[in-house]
Amino acid sequence: MTVQIVAGTIYLCSTMSMVKFTVEDRDGSKQELEAPTDMGLSLMETLKAFEYNIMATCGGMALCATCHVKFQKGQDQLSEKTDAEWDMLDTLPDADDTSRLACQIRLDDHLEGAEFKICGDLE
Amino acid sequence: MITTDICIVGAGPVGLFAVFEAGLLKMRCHLIDALPQVGGQLSEIYPHKPIYDIPGFPSVNAQELVDNLMEQIAPFHPTFTLGERVESIERQADQSFVVGTNEGTTIACKVIVIAAGLGSFEPRKPAIERLEEFEHGKGVAYMVKNPELFRDKEIVLAGGGDSALDWTIYLANISKRVTLVHRGETFRGAPDSAEKVFNLAKEGKIDLILKANLKKIDGNGSLKSVFYEDADKKEQTIKADYLIPLFGLSPKLGPIADWGLGIEKAQVSVDTTDYSTNVPGIYAIGDINTYTGKLKLILCGFHEGAIMVQSAFKHVFPDKHLSFKYTTVNGVHEF
Repeated sequence: MTVQIVAGTIYLCSTMSMVKFTVEDRDGSKQELEAPTDMGLSLMETLKAFEYNIMATCGGMALCATCHVKFQKGQDQLSEKTDAEWDMLDTLPDADDTSRLACQIRLDDHLEGAEFKICGDLE
Repeated sequence: MITTDICIVGAGPVGLFAVFEAGLLKMRCHLIDALPQVGGQLSEIYPHKPIYDIPGFPSVNAQELVDNLMEQIAPFHPTFTLGERVESIERQADQSFVVGTNEGTTIACKVIVIAAGLGSFEPRKPAIERLEEFEHGKGVAYMVKNPELFRDKEIVLAGGGDSALDWTIYLANISKRVTLVHRGETFRGAPDSAEKVFNLAKEGKIDLILKANLKKIDGNGSLKSVFYEDADKKEQTIKADYLIPLFGLSPKLGPIADWGLGIEKAQVSVDTTDYSTNVPGIYAIGDINTYTGKLKLILCGFHEGAIMVQSAFKHVFPDKHLSFKYTTVNGVHEF
């Protein structure tokens, strides 16, 4: 029986892998989200799917920085920034060492337990 | 004044292809783009990147697609105003429009098609108060158009990108005093430029203030001082004739936002029947528009252009009957 449960769990994980992380909106409200990692989404696309107000003017090409987020937890686990993301963050007046562009972060297990705040412009 | 049937705002792929579709219906087009060349993002940002979802092209480089579009529309002799930004539209008594640019170019047209993609790229402004009070020659400038303006003046630059480094080096030679304020400790820009800036600071030719953030500005009619928070979180002041914040460019809708169009999240709302806006005679196609189910794809913009011209025809030739013809049957008839 135990094996079956374990096997069932493994089966579920392999087909519908989920990741949990916490989002703080601009007004300070926090929410834990659970999202599937096997749909090839970026964090920006996921936040929009959860109806967070993100302009994403450039559609995910690291050109507009309207998906700027600042990590409070879990930043070290994330993938390295690309040159395009570095270049954009370099130019932002309000960026700091915890800043990332959500469009450049793949939604995967590295986000498990992470906490971040939405900072991108709304105009 | 330039006279045309359709004035297309934006010379990216969607604006260019609209010329072809309009040409099939014997409508002439003039295109305006803020960038100095045609192609929009494709030419400006990723000319060498392959695009995989253009029907009939398993892979095509962005610039190659632009070049092909220019070849495709050549028979319809479109005209261009490049490097200028559309500022104003004026409705005429006969319902036609006069479009004006920031350089004073005017275009008389019967239809306006907004194909402006992400909008125009404008300088990103830091979130400090009273910036606008000192814009337009009173001490705050977001780009260096005429360096002579800064000769023998006290200048504060802010930012950490290539342009901040380059202008710091340049202005160090002609200005009375140059201070560069950067929130980081290092510069990721060209290593040569960064080294030059560090050396200028060592030699005492500029002031380099690292790990610091702009906080506020002050003046009376013209800029007098810039305040920043230093690495120890203490507020400091610099005497300044000019502040030049160089924080890159961000895409903005710009003056289009003031034309009375339905706007939703910096995009223009359209009726998908013909991609018309709420203002008769003005259409929006490509990434700039929004509707239920919108996909920001070049191929969707091409489709929108083909549908749009059928409707635009009624504004350009109100007395003519439009009959739909295939290019395979009818060919492409050069103007």
